[in-house]
Amino acid sequence: MLKHFLTLEWKSFFRSASFKANLAIKIFMIFGALYFMVVFLGLGIGAFYIIEKQGWGDPLLIVNQFMIYYLVIDLYIRYMLQKMPITNIKPLLYLPVKKSQVVAYSLGKTVVSFFNWSHAFFFVPFSIVLLIEGYSPIGVIGWHLGIMALFYCNNFINVLVNNMDNVFYTLLGVVLVLGACQYYELFNITVYTSPFFKALYEMPWMAFLTWGLLISLASSAYIYFKGHVYLDAGLAGKKSLAKTEDYAWLNRFGNLGTFLKNDIKLIRRNKRSKTSVIMSFFFIFYGLLFFTGGIEAYDGPVWKIFAGIFISGGFLFSFGQFVPSWDSAYYPLMMSQNIRYREYLSSKWYLIIIATILSTILASFYIYFGWDAYLAVIVGAIYNIGVNSYLVLWGGAYIKTPIDLTSNKKAFGDKQAFNSKTLLLTLPKLILPLGVYALGHYLISPTAGYIFVAMAGIIGFGFRNKVFAMIESIYKKEKYKTLAAYKQKS
Amino acid sequence: MITVQNLTKKYGESIVLNIENLEIPKGQSFGLVGNNGAGKTTFFSLMLDLIQPTTGHISNNGVQVDASEAWKPFTSAFIDETFLIGYLTPEEYFYFIGELRGQNKADVDNLLSGFEDFFHGEILGQKKYLRDLSKGNQKKAGIVASFIGNPEVIILDEPFANLDPTTQIRLKGIIRELAASKEVTVLVSSHDLIHVTEVCERIVVLSKGEQVKDIQTSKETLKELEVFFGG
Repeated sequence: MLKHFLTLEWKSFFRSASFKANLAIKIFMIFGALYFMVVFLGLGIGAFYIIEKQGWGDPLLIVNQFMIYYLVIDLYIRYMLQKMPITNIKPLLYLPVKKSQVVAYSLGKTVVSFFNWSHAFFFVPFSIVLLIEGYSPIGVIGWHLGIMALFYCNNFINVLVNNMDNVFYTLLGVVLVLGACQYYELFNITVYTSPFFKALYEMPWMAFLTWGLLISLASSAYIYFKGHVYLDAGLAGKKSLAKTEDYAWLNRFGNLGTFLKNDIKLIRRNKRSKTSVIMSFFFIFYGLLFFTGGIEAYDGPVWKIFAGIFISGGFLFSFGQFVPSWDSAYYPLMMSQNIRYREYLSSKWYLIIIATILSTILASFYIYFGWDAYLAVIVGAIYNIGVNSYLVLWGGAYIKTPIDLTSNKKAFGDKQAFNSKTLLLTLPKLILPLGVYALGHYLISPTAGYIFVAMAGIIGFGFRNKVFAMIESIYKKEKYKTLAAYKQKS
Repeated sequence: MITVQNLTKKYGESIVLNIENLEIPKGQSFGLVGNNGAGKTTFFSLMLDLIQPTTGHISNNGVQVDASEAWKPFTSAFIDETFLIGYLTPEEYFYFIGELRGQNKADVDNLLSGFEDFFHGEILGQKKYLRDLSKGNQKKAGIVASFIGNPEVIILDEPFANLDPTTQIRLKGIIRELAASKEVTVLVSSHDLIHVTEVCERIVVLSKGEQVKDIQTSKETLKELEVFFGG
């Protein structure tokens, strides 16, 4: 039976529609994976000595202290990216295959996932270094096995809580608050959690506890899925209770309001678009890396503008970049309805503008780092509104990958972001404002730099009608290709 | 109303559609039949400017569809589920289409009230998004949406497929009514010869992209079609 499953798996991998699609991207991804492996490996070997050299204390203690965050981040990444094992078993249900085998195989498949074994690149070398440095072998082995079990626990927790967004985001919020508390030394959760990890080393038999936890989680996942392999239970897509919403206040915008209403519903009712908006919210905090001096490479004055553009432009980059793919599922309707491209594009544009302004307001806490920091955000916002908003819409005309609104797959970028035309268009989005600022900053004064960038935005804003006419004609030219591309569901 | 001239569509070397000349007068109920791959959906997609013709063109009420968008206000269609917006409730979808066609809520409600029988209580007020409706109910919503805004040309691709018998009979009644008014040109494609002979005044048979028959429907038409497809 296992042989059958494995051949099916092999074929589904090599025969998938996207397999041959883009060899260059595949290679790129392999390099990306290799990069992370090397980084993890380097960290695994180096972490001990770095911590020791910095004089932060016992390296094992420090690692234990942050272990709780490591685990939570791991869970978060899994929740976002790891695919559920149940997706491909529908065709097997009515065949003479035992359900228990199907379920056991599906769960077993998650165990060998990259999300589990990638951590070994850190923990194996780290444990070896511990042994070399004279830590008790039994203790290290207990610790290593215990932590390993916890990562596998994450694997099954993720399987069990999948699709429970409410639980998940509440948890995420709690962890963020705890992290902030620790940073500002208000309350330190690690004081309570690190003794547990430490105990794994001091009392190696504790590892049995975590393995016990792992076994109980794995068996409850098994029992849960075995009881739910029915089309109307575990395999049923989640059906949300629909409520009709009106947004009558948008009616005053006429035809534009019709589209805005639709876009708001699009964002609120689909998993993929919700993820994008949440991501754009996190962009607001990106500036902390720059303004706190956290990363040395970002200390140059020019980088402030870079930060400003990202802080106010989170939505622009995460949502705007994929216009018109958001409407890919019903693009033929849009194209045969009584719709003008101009109105369609304007509505997306307004959405981007509103979000940019909102982000800028939310980012006002940067005043804490001085008015200069917030000024960079405002200038970045002006440039986003005046120039980048057009550029993302323009780039969208060349992005022809349909989006599956109901799944989070590919939410973190994929080959569509690597199309040569869109890549070229990122230059004016990010590099040009840096150049413009540098020109003013180094030739005249920092203030002149800000004024230059802001002027570029205002000028761009002034040419709105001209630019829209141009983008419209590009969309029209690309229409048939786009329609054909959206038809090919990956 | 609709004029087709020297229309061809090629993919590489293979010709999927080749119609030299076709006139569909205003108010006609026009049926398109043919086996899989005969070019029915290609023809409808060309009519809606969703794909570009290789040669020739289609004019809809004097508007050349691949050159101007002026045909959109008086033309509506339901081809497949890509004409539905999955995350809207049926009501929201109808109002959305209505707003695009200059109809306010009252107009749309008024129209919908005439389709209560057709919906059979399974579309409106169900607290479900379109994506969660069954295939048949999605189709019902899409077909009715194509009636919103008094269109003069209605294009329905395989409207009878996936519908239950009761709804098929009701849909036939609706199409006949539209045809009887002589104001609306209805274009229907179908694999079901009985349905199409019952509702259409004129039937064109496509085979491998070519127009092979053009029949004014009469009592003998069904027989003739059965002989054609059976032989």
